Amino acid sequence: MHALTDDHPASALPMPAAAAAARAGFDVVRSTRASRVALGVAAVLVAVAGSMPFWAESSWMRDFVEIACYLIFAMMWNLLAGYGGMVSIGQQAFFGLGGYAMLALGNFAGVNPFAAVPLAALAAALIAVPVSWVAFRLQGGYFAIGTWVIAEVFRLSVANISAVGGGSGTSLTALRGIEKATRESVTFWIALACVVASVALVYVFLRSKQGLALLAIRDNEVAAESQGIAVRRVKLAVYVVAAFGAGLAGALYFVGNLRISPDAAFSVNWSAFAIFMVVIGGIGRIEGPLVGALIFFALNKFLSDYGSWYLLGLGGLAIVTTIFFKQGLWGYAQQRWGWALFPTSRRLRLP
Amino acid sequence: MIETLIQGLLLGGLYALFALGLSLMFGVMRLTNTAQGDFIVLAAFGAIALASVVAAHPLLIGALLLPVAFAVGYALQRWVLNGTLGRDPLPSLVVTFGLSVVIQNALLEIFSADPRALDTGALATQSLGLPGQISVGVLPLTILGVAVLGTVGLQALFARTALGRSFRAVSDDKEIAELMGLDSRKVYAVATGIAFLFIAVAGTFQAMRTTVSPADGPLLLLFAFEAVIIGGMGSFWGTLVGALVLGLTQQIGFRIDPGWGIWFGHLMFLAVLVVRPQGLFPKTRG
Repeated sequence: MHALTDDHPASALPMPAAAAAARAGFDVVRSTRASRVALGVAAVLVAVAGSMPFWAESSWMRDFVEIACYLIFAMMWNLLAGYGGMVSIGQQAFFGLGGYAMLALGNFAGVNPFAAVPLAALAAALIAVPVSWVAFRLQGGYFAIGTWVIAEVFRLSVANISAVGGGSGTSLTALRGIEKATRESVTFWIALACVVASVALVYVFLRSKQGLALLAIRDNEVAAESQGIAVRRVKLAVYVVAAFGAGLAGALYFVGNLRISPDAAFSVNWSAFAIFMVVIGGIGRIEGPLVGALIFFALNKFLSDYGSWYLLGLGGLAIVTTIFFKQGLWGYAQQRWGWALFPTSRRLRLP
Repeated sequence: MIETLIQGLLLGGLYALFALGLSLMFGVMRLTNTAQGDFIVLAAFGAIALASVVAAHPLLIGALLLPVAFAVGYALQRWVLNGTLGRDPLPSLVVTFGLSVVIQNALLEIFSADPRALDTGALATQSLGLPGQISVGVLPLTILGVAVLGTVGLQALFARTALGRSFRAVSDDKEIAELMGLDSRKVYAVATGIAFLFIAVAGTFQAMRTTVSPADGPLLLLFAFEAVIIGGMGSFWGTLVGALVLGLTQQIGFRIDPGWGIWFGHLMFLAVLVVRPQGLFPKTRG
């Protein structure tokens, strides 16, 4: 990585990186054959999925919207914990805020709820800035529980606002006039767009200058700072982006659900499921939450009738994975076979 | 008003018992036990189950639980948690959080969601009269007394005994401590064993004072955590004072509006974090 200071903030190379690379006699490889194939397959899948409202059953679309919310939320948790090194048990704060912001915009401000989804995510990101002033005073394990307390403060506060129904919650009345089929199709397309946008956002962010700085911070914070990386600023950026994504997932979830309550919106289970998905799939890699969300949803579909046994097994699986397969399922596959669908690393190819 | 303050301090005594184990584990090995609250609830259900088999005074039941709790804590640390320690807090957080979910759902499966309590007999209603027509329950007072004793005991253990010295040594510098002949894995296991003694005591008292249900754990963890942070890390006296402050704040909140007590406690925690992030009585560096 040392020779590849092409987009390193503290770059000392005076010449363009490509020229430097050519003179030194090596190439910088950033994509793999698998990643190019994956991109093509993904494009086809998105196109097929996009036509689903014309041929699929509406229960499939509802399932998709639900997976999409889990996936986006888990992806953002992965960005925060796996790349930013900030393990949080309080991301449900932004999930709930996204949901409630969407509802408030729709019910009270007369904004179309579908248009309110990205606006609500933006609101969650804005709130993340002052929240970070408090949360960043704690580190490591105490950061995790501190963020949980903050989420509880939001839950209890919202439960005291009678305009949104207090503790028992309220319904999204703004969507009342819209026909069911239209509503479901539009919700589905927005969910699809949000998933694609979130994957792209995380991928582009990690391949950018900020992303490289983030990886450096994750590997060694002190060394990164000594290289001129503004550690606090990068961490704040990640925290805000993750809050945006969590807010997006929340807004989307409650557009699909039509009913919101503080206990559902600010439930710690959101973070719990995100942690399990990411850890089982593989933390610190974009593919991890994708694999984790699919496994999670499959288990949920077939085993959720077993209620507490299902959750018990999920917790146990996360423990076993953490102790015996630290890299998760995808990490194992990556190490074993060198798979990388979303490569963020830079590799040297010598002649 | 005075009654509210006294009730608050007494509640704080119970919170101190919740918090001492968390404080101890973090102090010795920088391990955040996110299953702290669930282990307390587990101990409470253990006491309730034991009481249904053995007809004995609840305090005796609690005493019977102690050796089991120590063994569980020792084994958990020695064979599970030690492997998750390191610079990265993620593995230990995921494992303890996973344990939390496992314990909650296992208890739900075995005992159902109904709240339960330990039958305390006459102790539940006994009270001492104070001047000014204030009466103080004997049980809450006992709990506060045990919390103070526990704090004194832990402080003395750390300051004066060989075991306490080894705790401080592995906490300050694990590698050097190992060079001096300490086996940090065993020292950690003993520390967690002792933390679990407090968990057993806290669980028994919780079941005696009020009811417990399988989903209570996370809230107890948050209270314990808030007490530790308000008090300042690295000092057991700090944890005790933090717990008393938390108990007082919650009781005042409950007095104003029954729905606000816990919320007030959270706000107090956030206020301390903003104004004095090192806590009221910090001792450790870093």
